[in-house]
Amino acid sequence: MRFMMLMIPGGYAEAAPDVRPDAKGVEAMMKYNEELKKAGVLLALDGLHPPSSGARVSFKGGKPVVTDGPFAEVKEVLGGYWVIDVRSREEAIEWARRCPAGENDLIEVRRVFEMSDFPEDVQKVAEGFGELKS
Amino acid sequence: MTATATIEAVWRIEQPKLTARLARYLRDIGLAEEIAGDAFLLALERWPRDGIPRNPAAWLTEVARNRALDRLRRTTMIDGKHRELAIDLAELEREMPDIEAALDEDIDDDLLRLIFTACHPVLPAEQRAALALRLLGGLSTLEIARAFLVPEATAAQRIVRAKRALRDAAIPFETPRGQERRERLAAVLEVVYLIFNGGYVATAGPDWLRADLCGEALRLGRSLAALMPDEPEVQGLVSLMELNASRFPARTGKAGEPILLLDQDRTRWNWSLIRRGLDGLNRAMTLTSTPGPYLLQAMIAACHARAMTSADTDWIAISAYYQALALAAPSPIVEINRAVAVGMAFGPAQGLAIVEALKDEPRLKDSHLLPTVRGDLLEKLGHQTEARAAFRQAAELTGNDRERALLLARAGD
Repeated sequence: MRFMMLMIPGGYAEAAPDVRPDAKGVEAMMKYNEELKKAGVLLALDGLHPPSSGARVSFKGGKPVVTDGPFAEVKEVLGGYWVIDVRSREEAIEWARRCPAGENDLIEVRRVFEMSDFPEDVQKVAEGFGELKS
Repeated sequence: MTATATIEAVWRIEQPKLTARLARYLRDIGLAEEIAGDAFLLALERWPRDGIPRNPAAWLTEVARNRALDRLRRTTMIDGKHRELAIDLAELEREMPDIEAALDEDIDDDLLRLIFTACHPVLPAEQRAALALRLLGGLSTLEIARAFLVPEATAAQRIVRAKRALRDAAIPFETPRGQERRERLAAVLEVVYLIFNGGYVATAGPDWLRADLCGEALRLGRSLAALMPDEPEVQGLVSLMELNASRFPARTGKAGEPILLLDQDRTRWNWSLIRRGLDGLNRAMTLTSTPGPYLLQAMIAACHARAMTSADTDWIAISAYYQALALAAPSPIVEINRAVAVGMAFGPAQGLAIVEALKDEPRLKDSHLLPTVRGDLLEKLGHQTEARAAFRQAAELTGNDRERALLLARAGD
């Protein structure tokens, strides 16, 4: 079963647009990534630029409104993610526990939907969903 | 989340590494596994009471190391002639004093040794598969028994026999080099593919673990590919498994009936796996100019994956890859598949010529495959009477009721 580990770094909501991880932090993280890979569980991973260089599109009243980052009222934002293929929720959580994260960081562990998780009528409507991902 | 569930998760992640490290010092896989198992039993006893340690791997290594030292001391005291073990003891005490350092040390070599030793060709394939699932997948005996649809006692016996055979044959705990490495690697890949097919071929059956066997094989394969990134055949096998697994959702109909590749609804294929498979294949192709059997099979699977409809299939390329496969790993089954591909690419007469050359092949005597393909090609050529006879012959040979009904229908009976 696939899980997504969502990295929510402390303070990233207010980070400057040009902020980049330092070599030391990346070194520890690379070691962790290698470990995931050697265990045969790593499927994908990526890091995200800070939200201050991003934007949010909201739909209040049915009308899209664009707000440029940073977002004053937002405390927790994504910094990156891993997709892993493991045998159980517990194993996904155990991998998250091992991440060399900072003390203000947070990792959210979420299971990825498989087509078979949906009822049959939804599967029918979602036919071709997989193709979108190629 | 209960402590037991956490310990099971830690076991799956840590057991291969711990066993591999212990086996290097003890030179006995059975003993290494036993001691690793002891450490986990102690964790099951202590962790629910004391809480999960901050570094579970360090905790387990420490416990296992002490047990290993105790065991070696006892053995050397009982039998003074075990000079070799005494040397191991000294080595163990010298080299494993600092647990943190031991954890930091590169375990890749140990893991590879474990994989190569557990999949040693001295063992029958079924024992190798059971041992690999046990040592590298961390599966319990019961899970392995369920996976291969055998009684638990049988699964346990396979594992015990495998460990004993490795010890009795004094198989060195090592990663072979050069030519020997290539030969042994073939045995390792064979076991991984055997595990994959154990889950893939059986479409029926409600047992979740059987389908999960494909996942085990994929993880083993991906792990092996990460440890041996320069081996094209390893990457070839991983790509082949990913491309095959991508068709899982489309291989059976609503009633559980098998759906042949060319009839599958391609929108149901898992395109994430296809993309991974194709990416891996491209990487593997940069590693060699003479693709081996797994890479060739992955290339064939990729031709199907790239075709948006079955009519778009590049049968000429597939024929060429089967031709190469027939040279790299000749077998009558490869020849039958080649006949199908050639028939599709260059017309049924060409395919039939390959099939007719196989008619005295003893290994196909009891297989329905040859007459089925023969019937299909004859039908396309308009030789209806001969085609019907071939389908009838195939119907007699198949063991599958649904297939028999289909063949008899084609025979017009």
